[in-house]
Amino acid sequence: MNPERADVRFMQGNEAVAEAALYAGLRFYAGYPITPSTEIAEILSKRLPDAGGTFIQMEDEIASLCTIIGASLTGLKVMTATSGPGFSLMQEAIGYAVMAEVPSVIVNVQRGGPSTGLPTAVAQGDVNQARWGAHGDHSIVTLTASNLQDVFLMTVEGFNMAETYRTPVILLFDEIVGHMREKVVIPKPGEIEIIERLWTSVREGTNFHPYLRREDGRLPMSAFGGVHRYNVTGLVHDMWGFPSTDPGIAYDLLHHLVDKLENRADSMAHYKEYFIDDAQVLLISYGSAARSALQMVADRRKRGAKLGLLELQSLWPFPRETVREACEGRTHILVVEMNMGQVCHEVKKVVSRPERVFLANRFDGVFISPEDILRVLNMIQGKGV
Amino acid sequence: MPVKDYLRLRFLPHIWCPGCGHGIVMSGMIRAIEQIGLQKNEVVAVSGIGCSSRIVGYLDFHTMHTLHGRALAFATGVKLGRPDLTVIVPMGDGDALAIGGNHFIHAARRNIDLTAIIMNNRIYGMTGGQGSPMTPQGMRSTTSPRGIADPAFDIVELAKGAGASFVARTTTYHATELTRMIEKAIRHRGFSVVEVLSQCPVYYGRQNRIGNGMEMMKGFRDDTAPIGSKKKEARPDLIERGIFVDEDRPPYPGGRGGTNETTMQK
Ligand code: SF4
Repeated sequence: MNPERADVRFMQGNEAVAEAALYAGLRFYAGYPITPSTEIAEILSKRLPDAGGTFIQMEDEIASLCTIIGASLTGLKVMTATSGPGFSLMQEAIGYAVMAEVPSVIVNVQRGGPSTGLPTAVAQGDVNQARWGAHGDHSIVTLTASNLQDVFLMTVEGFNMAETYRTPVILLFDEIVGHMREKVVIPKPGEIEIIERLWTSVREGTNFHPYLRREDGRLPMSAFGGVHRYNVTGLVHDMWGFPSTDPGIAYDLLHHLVDKLENRADSMAHYKEYFIDDAQVLLISYGSAARSALQMVADRRKRGAKLGLLELQSLWPFPRETVREACEGRTHILVVEMNMGQVCHEVKKVVSRPERVFLANRFDGVFISPEDILRVLNMIQGKGV
Repeated sequence: MPVKDYLRLRFLPHIWCPGCGHGIVMSGMIRAIEQIGLQKNEVVAVSGIGCSSRIVGYLDFHTMHTLHGRALAFATGVKLGRPDLTVIVPMGDGDALAIGGNHFIHAARRNIDLTAIIMNNRIYGMTGGQGSPMTPQGMRSTTSPRGIADPAFDIVELAKGAGASFVARTTTYHATELTRMIEKAIRHRGFSVVEVLSQCPVYYGRQNRIGNGMEMMKGFRDDTAPIGSKKKEARPDLIERGIFVDEDRPPYPGGRGGTNETTMQK
């Protein structure tokens, strides 16, 4: 291949996730097959060992996430992939990764639910599960994308955030994104910055605190097998990682876990704006639904309608300020998503006039079309159906 | 090295009740590691949840206190991430065989090079004495006031059936034997299981009127016998102690660069 020529490929969404993970430095994958995420495991079972990494198919999703957490502590970049029911099983271990601050990436290619639901149909019903699936107060990073180039970018970004914030990161795609095929330009090595784990510079024999924060908020790590021995636990712990029930320690730790993400919600946020400047009506969407939203906005623009689109790629921590500012001064806000209003609810919470926020949605396993969205828009603008 | 050199003294005293068997298992583990001559940095101890699993906090190795039942899954990731490290997995009986039963049989099936130490006190200690899958039928627990209805597992048979390549059983009364067995289990390449009958005088002992820690340990002496011994021949009802399986079988392919069936066929 000509090194000057860009590496352009026609690939499936799940393949883009696998390729991006390898680009980001993935070295360990454990998973359990489930539709519509299975291709990620299938591709990595072949590609990862070739890239010097380890692939293992575990006995279930619970084991999968526990296993990658263990591998992450030996210093590797790790990932697992699943879908709705498997994601439910992982919640306890997601909480563990939050509490123990272990970098890890969890892909959820959403399908219809609850329960076995609609295994091969599109849905975006796991937005709230990503945020609140694990018990207890905590914060979480969740990224998404609507086209495969962005799937690639957000997957790499997911790894970067996991390493930066020592946290589990959820990549929340949907069945359409996972299974559709599109052109992807694979960036050259070095073209996208890859963030590596921050290793401690503390020497052997010096007291190392795995949970002692630097001034910039980052926590340097030491891998298992290295010279520093410490304890990792899901219990509330002090800066040595040792269990504590001291109210002060519990207060500080929970605050730290939440604040390290929530205080950066807007600076961490990824989003895209289309025709925003003069828009009277603002659409907010994400994932594959944003494609229909964009189509509808572009179509109506040609007829002079002042519509704009804010496509969210960061769902959690919710980019409150970004959304609030984008909604300011619009006559209506229309959230487009394939669930009963999980992001719509968040938008209502952050805008000054929630009564102007409406929902265009489908949750019947059928992809929401530009016509579906237009019908709702006409209704809220009093133009009838 | 004295035992205390392997302990995080700052974290002592430990939380175990007087008479509990878990401390004996901990010292057995330490002695075994010392005899093998492993450096502290070469050892990772991964536990689950419960009284027994608190063991890892006191040990000056790389340690992980994980989720109820999931210790073997976490340990699998550690071992595959760093195949050169020695990974030991101390667990409770409920931890290993109720909620963790699935992970247990699959770790055994894979013959992954871990040493699982199951501290079998036949009860859930930390939550206050409820029945476990190892509580013998008819015995009392706080969730079986009329005597437990379910039959218990036989850990040795279960581990054998699932494919573990090293399976042993001993008790806290037999402290030297305990150290020797853990040592053999750690040296063994492949999945090793050591079941240790350990006493919980506070819940199991009291509810079933077996007595204090010392009396329970005497019970281990009287109610067990070495495999194939005259004592066992005379009294077939006794629980056998010893090494039941010690097979030299290739362990799960370790390391980065090929661990699954697909890769192996290449
Ligand atoms: S409750 Fe039982 S098992 Fe737990 S520490 Fe006390 S004696 Fe030991």
